[in-house]
Amino acid sequence: MTDSVFPSPAAGDSTRSDRWKPNRSLSKLSQRSVVILFGAFAMVSVATTIGIISTLLFETIEFFLEVSPLHFFTATRWTALFANPSFGVIVLLCGTFLTSFIGLLLAIPLGLLAAVCLSEYAPRNLRAVLKPALELLAGIPTVVFGYFALLMVTPFLQNIVPGLSVFNSLSAGIVLGFAILPTIASLSEDAIFAVPQSLRQGCYALGATKRETVTGVVLPAALSGIVSSIILGVARAVGETMIVTLAAGQSPTLTLDPRVSVQTMTSFIVQVTKGDAPYGSIEFKTLFAVGMTLFVITLLLNILSFWFVRKFQEKYE
Amino acid sequence: MNPIDPQAQGLGLPETGNFKPQLERRYKFDQIFKIISWAATFSAIAVLAILLIGVLSEGIPKLSLEFLTAPPSRKAEQAGIWPAFLGTIALLLITAASAIPLGVGTGIFLQEFAQDSKLAKVIEINISNLAAVPSIIYGMLGLFVFARLLEPMTGGRSIFSAGLTLALLILPVIIVSTRESLKAVPDSIRMAGMALGATRWQTVRIHVLPLAIPGILTGTILALSRAIGETAPIIVVGAAAFVPFAPEFSVEGFREPAFTAMPIQIFNWISRPQEEFHAIAASAIIVLLMVLLVMNTTAIVLRNRFQSNR
Amino acid sequence: MQSEQASPTAVAGLERVFKVENTSYYYGSNMAVRGVNLEIPGNKITAFIGPSGCGKSTVLRCFNRLNDLIPSAHIKGRITYHGVDLYSKAVDPTELRRRIGMVFQKPNPFPKSIYDNVAFGARINGYQGDMDELVEKSLRSSALWDEVKDKLKESGLSLSGGQQQRLCIARAIAVEPEVILMDEPCSALDPISTLKIEDLMQQLKENYTIIIVTHNMQQASRVSDRTAFYNAEPTESGGKVGYLVEYDETQVIFSNPKETYTRDYVSGRFG
Repeated sequence: MTDSVFPSPAAGDSTRSDRWKPNRSLSKLSQRSVVILFGAFAMVSVATTIGIISTLLFETIEFFLEVSPLHFFTATRWTALFANPSFGVIVLLCGTFLTSFIGLLLAIPLGLLAAVCLSEYAPRNLRAVLKPALELLAGIPTVVFGYFALLMVTPFLQNIVPGLSVFNSLSAGIVLGFAILPTIASLSEDAIFAVPQSLRQGCYALGATKRETVTGVVLPAALSGIVSSIILGVARAVGETMIVTLAAGQSPTLTLDPRVSVQTMTSFIVQVTKGDAPYGSIEFKTLFAVGMTLFVITLLLNILSFWFVRKFQEKYE
Repeated sequence: MNPIDPQAQGLGLPETGNFKPQLERRYKFDQIFKIISWAATFSAIAVLAILLIGVLSEGIPKLSLEFLTAPPSRKAEQAGIWPAFLGTIALLLITAASAIPLGVGTGIFLQEFAQDSKLAKVIEINISNLAAVPSIIYGMLGLFVFARLLEPMTGGRSIFSAGLTLALLILPVIIVSTRESLKAVPDSIRMAGMALGATRWQTVRIHVLPLAIPGILTGTILALSRAIGETAPIIVVGAAAFVPFAPEFSVEGFREPAFTAMPIQIFNWISRPQEEFHAIAASAIIVLLMVLLVMNTTAIVLRNRFQSNR
Repeated sequence: MQSEQASPTAVAGLERVFKVENTSYYYGSNMAVRGVNLEIPGNKITAFIGPSGCGKSTVLRCFNRLNDLIPSAHIKGRITYHGVDLYSKAVDPTELRRRIGMVFQKPNPFPKSIYDNVAFGARINGYQGDMDELVEKSLRSSALWDEVKDKLKESGLSLSGGQQQRLCIARAIAVEPEVILMDEPCSALDPISTLKIEDLMQQLKENYTIIIVTHNMQQASRVSDRTAFYNAEPTESGGKVGYLVEYDETQVIFSNPKETYTRDYVSGRFG
């Protein structure tokens, strides 16, 4: 009772005050130590960010001491693992762009239409089954999609597309699209489903049909959620590793031909780390320069997403 | 207002004002739009179904007890996934043991003790940034920090390093789901606890946390199931291509600088040119998917029970 | 009173806009409203009052078939609009809703500019005239023009609550309906905004037939020409079913009602 600023109400009656002996100093101590401990835990996530940035930065600076940034960003050949290396990251960016572009060309329209279908057209009980199924599919490891791309889709496409090589960005891109489709569909559906019913009713009351209500009012109202799901999809496509490593191959070629093998930033990283590059070698540093490029791209996408949500999020009750 | 004559157009009403509604044309668009959106949904489902059926039909014939318990081999018919399976279990243990206390603790701190503080805002933005970072970048962090800088502790390119890397990868997911679950507990319960003279922590521990635990568990299991399917980060940290022995479940075993896991094993078998290895890759995929299915089902059952109790 | 003011050009139409005959409404197997009979006169304001759960909003939403959006809901009985059975197969609810506008409880402007909020309905319904003119006319009719004429490109959501509600009225007027249904249009608004909307209703009834659902008895007595009082009674299954108690000139309902329930309700004894 020593820590109480209040006078004991039963000062004259010792038998009553004896019944209450709260161990306040102990409970205060445990409160304080928990706050400090959990606060320290919270710093781990901040430390992760700092760790990622400084790790990448540290080796990237080392890299740029040996290779000029001008060469890195303007050269058009990538032969980092050869005797007379050239480091034109454009080649890897092009590979990443090509596979992501094919994937997104598929995943964005299909994902959005599926989201509209689930939220607006599917009966409630079907939605209750399909929505968790979608989330389950979003959890399939990408190495499984890599198997699908290399061993099922490519052989199938080779029957249709003439001149399709075993490793190609077409099949990698298509499967990449189906891998990120559940994510885009599920997150967009959340945004579309959350549009208040009163807005739909307001539109119907003007004599709009269902499609006009969906495209004219519901989708614009869900725009910020839809766009951030798409940007997340883009980030996933750019950072996707296993599908492109397995199905698009390891040939750093500057091409937009979807039938031939390309190397993406991520598949280059896998190629180097599988080969056990010694610390301090130029290959090892290249790894981080490429990682940094990838990180900056996803960071920019994230900033774009933040900006968009802040600018376009509509406030509904 | 135009005068209205209901008899002018059969059962329908005459047009008022200067409108040409063209309803038939609009309904046609409606119909087309509806068909396209159903077609999109079904094509997505169909492709994913083809994937699963293809994997199952390739993989089931090779699935056997020997396959589960044998080490990998240079001969496909003798190869098994025992070391890879145990490697995945070991990774799961390390990841869970480090990510759960960190993630749940951070979630409690942010939601219950530091709400609306500047620190909480910074961490919040930080977490949503981390969620968009590709997993392979985490691999590079793990390679540099755990496998290289902390080599004396982790043993280098070991299960330890890989497990900690995966823990950092899923930390944001656990933090967010902890916060969401705590947010769902009504404030009246906190007020009631505090009004009885309990400290904030006592209230959280005794009254709030028990109500939030099913939600936290669901989020955590989903996050862990994501972790064990991850391939890219542990390749970067240094999972080896060929590990014929199972890891020893001890501190020394986990520090062994050679390890493998199921996704790595699958990746390696797919990468081989021989078709026999492709078939056992499918078998290994089935095993991995079964593990994930069990985890996901647990999570969904938990979530449903949680939701129906509210 | 209505018959003297009826438009001479409307032979069979304007006088009785709606006729509700022995209409019951169900959500699934639960009866929500039982056996309503009433007629709505043209160019008048008719108020629906009553305690919550009495089915007044449900009846209101029958007039533009907005209840159709609830899958399990269905109607028994007959509602005619200028003699046409609203629920007959030949009537297209989309077409109907353009003729019967609606304003909702909470302002629900679309996430579009002020201009596009007003123009949206006209555009989809194939308006043939000058759109700028129509937008201005509609905003003037809803007494909003002067407040927004310099910021038509701004989002409709940037307006205050009362302005948003008048924007929703402008939006409804822009498709040139005959009837405007108002479902507690002022319940989310402050007293000053409420007063503005009430004034506006008085102007609008020159050109439109208005049916308003309100919780606020003073509002009903201030603005309406006729008042329908609904009440709810418990059902055997533990739910509630609404029914029409009394329907008459507003001044009769408020000064000299026939039913005791009505008298008790308008004098504030329950509800």
